[in-house]
Amino acid sequence: MTVFIIRRLMQALVVVFLMSIIVFFGVNVIGDPVAMLISPDADQAEMEAAIRRLGLDRPIHEQYFAFIKGAATGDFGRSFIFGEPALKLILSHMPATLELAFTALFLAVAIGIPLGLYAGLYPDSPISKGIMAGSILGFSLPTFWVGLMMIMLFAVHLQWLPATGRGDTGTFLWFETSLVTRDGLSHIMLPALNLALLKISLAIRLTRAGVREAMGQDYVKFARAKGLSPRRVILVHVMKNILIPVVTVMGLELGSLIGFSVVTETIFAWPGMGKLLIDAILQLDRPIVVAYLMIIVLFFVLINMIVDILYSILDPRVRLQEQGA
Amino acid sequence: MTDTQIIAPVPAKAETPFAQFRAEFFESKIAVGALITLGIVVVLALLAPWITPQNPYDLAQVDVMDARLPPGEEAFSGYTMWLGSDGSGRDLFSAILYGLRISLAVGVASGVIALFIGTFVGLFAAYVGGRVETLIMRFVDLQLSFPASLVALMLVALLGKGVDKIILALVVSQWAYYARTVRATALVERHKEYVEAAICLGLSKARIMFRHILPNCLGPLIVVGTVQVASAISLEATLSFLGVGLPQTQPSLGVLIANGFEYMLSGRYWISVFPGLALLLTVVSINLVGDHLRDVLNPRMKK
Amino acid sequence: MTEILKVTGLCTHFFTRAGVVKAVDGVDISLNRGEVLGLVGESGSGKSITGFSIMNLIDAPGRMTGGRISFKGRDLSQLSETAWQDLRGNRIAMIFQDPMMTLNPVLRIDVQMIEAIQAHEKVSRTTARERARDTLGMVGIPAPDERLKAYPHQLSGGMRQRVAIAIAFLNKPDLIIADEPTTALDVTIQSQIIHEAQKLTRQTGTAMIWISHDLAVVAGIADQISVMYAGRIVEHGPTDYVIDNPRHPYTYGLLGSVPSANKRGARLFQIDGMAPNMLALPRGCAFGPRCDRAVDVCAAAPGMSQSCTQKFRCHNPVPEAVKVAK
Repeated sequence: MTVFIIRRLMQALVVVFLMSIIVFFGVNVIGDPVAMLISPDADQAEMEAAIRRLGLDRPIHEQYFAFIKGAATGDFGRSFIFGEPALKLILSHMPATLELAFTALFLAVAIGIPLGLYAGLYPDSPISKGIMAGSILGFSLPTFWVGLMMIMLFAVHLQWLPATGRGDTGTFLWFETSLVTRDGLSHIMLPALNLALLKISLAIRLTRAGVREAMGQDYVKFARAKGLSPRRVILVHVMKNILIPVVTVMGLELGSLIGFSVVTETIFAWPGMGKLLIDAILQLDRPIVVAYLMIIVLFFVLINMIVDILYSILDPRVRLQEQGA
Repeated sequence: MTDTQIIAPVPAKAETPFAQFRAEFFESKIAVGALITLGIVVVLALLAPWITPQNPYDLAQVDVMDARLPPGEEAFSGYTMWLGSDGSGRDLFSAILYGLRISLAVGVASGVIALFIGTFVGLFAAYVGGRVETLIMRFVDLQLSFPASLVALMLVALLGKGVDKIILALVVSQWAYYARTVRATALVERHKEYVEAAICLGLSKARIMFRHILPNCLGPLIVVGTVQVASAISLEATLSFLGVGLPQTQPSLGVLIANGFEYMLSGRYWISVFPGLALLLTVVSINLVGDHLRDVLNPRMKK
Repeated sequence: MTEILKVTGLCTHFFTRAGVVKAVDGVDISLNRGEVLGLVGESGSGKSITGFSIMNLIDAPGRMTGGRISFKGRDLSQLSETAWQDLRGNRIAMIFQDPMMTLNPVLRIDVQMIEAIQAHEKVSRTTARERARDTLGMVGIPAPDERLKAYPHQLSGGMRQRVAIAIAFLNKPDLIIADEPTTALDVTIQSQIIHEAQKLTRQTGTAMIWISHDLAVVAGIADQISVMYAGRIVEHGPTDYVIDNPRHPYTYGLLGSVPSANKRGARLFQIDGMAPNMLALPRGCAFGPRCDRAVDVCAAAPGMSQSCTQKFRCHNPVPEAVKVAK
């Protein structure tokens, strides 16, 4: 197990290293930092001064090492717009995004798994067909457009929930979160649901497929032959088998939720790091863009690693393979 | 449990594989409906300059006095704006058809380019094998561990706006799906008897790859292709909506929806909703066709 | 001897898109306390479906469409689902074919055993656990305490089947339906399992229906044999008679195709053709097209004939004088 974790850590480090090269060269080779950073009507002298100040006249590998050195110490430069360190800005916007992503993940699991379970147990009922049709729509509909429709329906037309912004926050343990105030909850409802839609569809499909497969397995029939109640057969024998893979996949989706929150945050004016990124792109605030990309990469790698390790702890079969390997 | 096996009658065989495919495809009413819808959408988009009441980007034809007309209202120049007009007085119906052209063009172009690159890389990996293959596939896996939308967003963040840049971002974010599909199929095919027979005949490796293995990858490629084109269209719309995709001079559906967003809170729903419905119709019908194609083309689904 | 199980005219049909499959079509079974019935037939003959019908474990599109099952004198046809739950695993237990598949891979052995006890009796976990351990010992599992804490994949196939048998015996049922319990096992383990099962039925007085496609296995354990073909019982009688003097050509063929030391070098008998398509059974005798004794009357379905020793469903049975070469 320890060997497995160490091996997994090494892999993660390699990925982060590779991505740092890609992001850095993406910025400096594909994109033209001079054009991105300096206003077009600056004269030659201003341009050269700026290039020197940013170290852009040095050889590219030296620039890269400077970048890595900075990144390792958390220094991605200062935001051009806010004048604050980029990392600090992103970290200050991170709680709002994480709150949104985790709420969406919770919604996806809490809504998707029961619906998928129902659709898997009664595949021919009209309700199940409705659920499956809904999940196809959930996959096909562009998130941003559904967000607009939600605003139109719930905020403009019905006026049930506020359309934009993050509401009041309260403190829970040592977190500042909007999940503990009424106003905060009403503000997070729509964006979290919007962000969760795709993942609800995913959870429905995964659960349904898993239930359908498990129900045909001998061990379910054997459990029934033992005289267990349908409740116990489904909740213990079927669900225990399904939950491990479903929860694993859903955990892996946390990274993509954080990534996708860019869209949701823009629509609902949610003050998270996704919104910060879009504003930074629009205002050519390069340090923020670079810092965001590196942090997202780090998130992905970390989440993948943690889920992998958790999975191998949870599933007795994988555990044994690891021992055997 | 072997006792429960139930032998299904063998379906009558159609004359050619294509006829059989066609027969199976047309079995699903939903898929046929989606195909027809998709056909109508494509034709409308292609014919846009000839069938729309106005060219929404010819300033001489647009009247600001017509701005924000609700659906069904009559414009100053006399024709009815069935879908209403946008903030600068463009007929929405015309703008949507022109937008569809751009959305479809970007989606199909990036889909096709990604398909070619991905197919080539996937075949190449399966062809050379060994370390190079491992390296290529490791890279493919690495990229696929990030969602395509995030990769595309990263790229536009680095590249900036513009049609060429969006297409580049979409291609880079999608080629890996094709590469993985082709390589997986090629690996399966490589071990089949007909390939071994071809090797015994002394045919060159390249010839075997392109003449024997590639045609067998077409089924999975078509399936992945339809889904990827749909997601490319949707992704472009998303990026354009965020303001980091196509510029205002190339108003795709995403740009139209973004333009209507500001009017939404004041109740002028149509400026965003109708372009959105057009997008929806396109993406959903492509997905439904792709879904059914997978059922028909995937031999595992057939018993 | 008291009759434990009486099945009359059992019909279980599957309503598929391609048509109705009469998987079980008029099966009679009568079983006394402590008796072992061997239910023999090839794949698709309906023997497993018969077993599942008795447990009321037939899933859609299948349905029991006719017949009567009475268990210890009680008619089961009107039983509610909760009453069935009470019966299953308690009075009637089942052992499945593939021990790799029957135990839930993500639950420990003790969980799977204790729940089987607690589903039927209000006992504490500790008591249930003790009983589980004792039963594991009974079926010849060494170090039962450790095995209880194991996951199924940590045990060998033979060991898992022993666990499954232990689960079946946990509540000392009156009847056990064993659905090809040794088919998936090695031959050496097969005989151990058969031996174990035989010993347990004798000790506990449990009746058993042993379903198998292998006449040789059944001959070693069963008191009576029923041979099934295409959803019907084609021959029934005490094991010795059926083995020594099969009357139905199908039974005769099955016995002839068993290799044995005495037949070395001789050509094995084989039954021509393939198992019938259950959607399109031949008219008349279902075995007719494959039968080398078929005559014109076989175009009409044969009824059950009764000799002094056994019953068979054939117009032109193998004569009593003809014995199977052994």
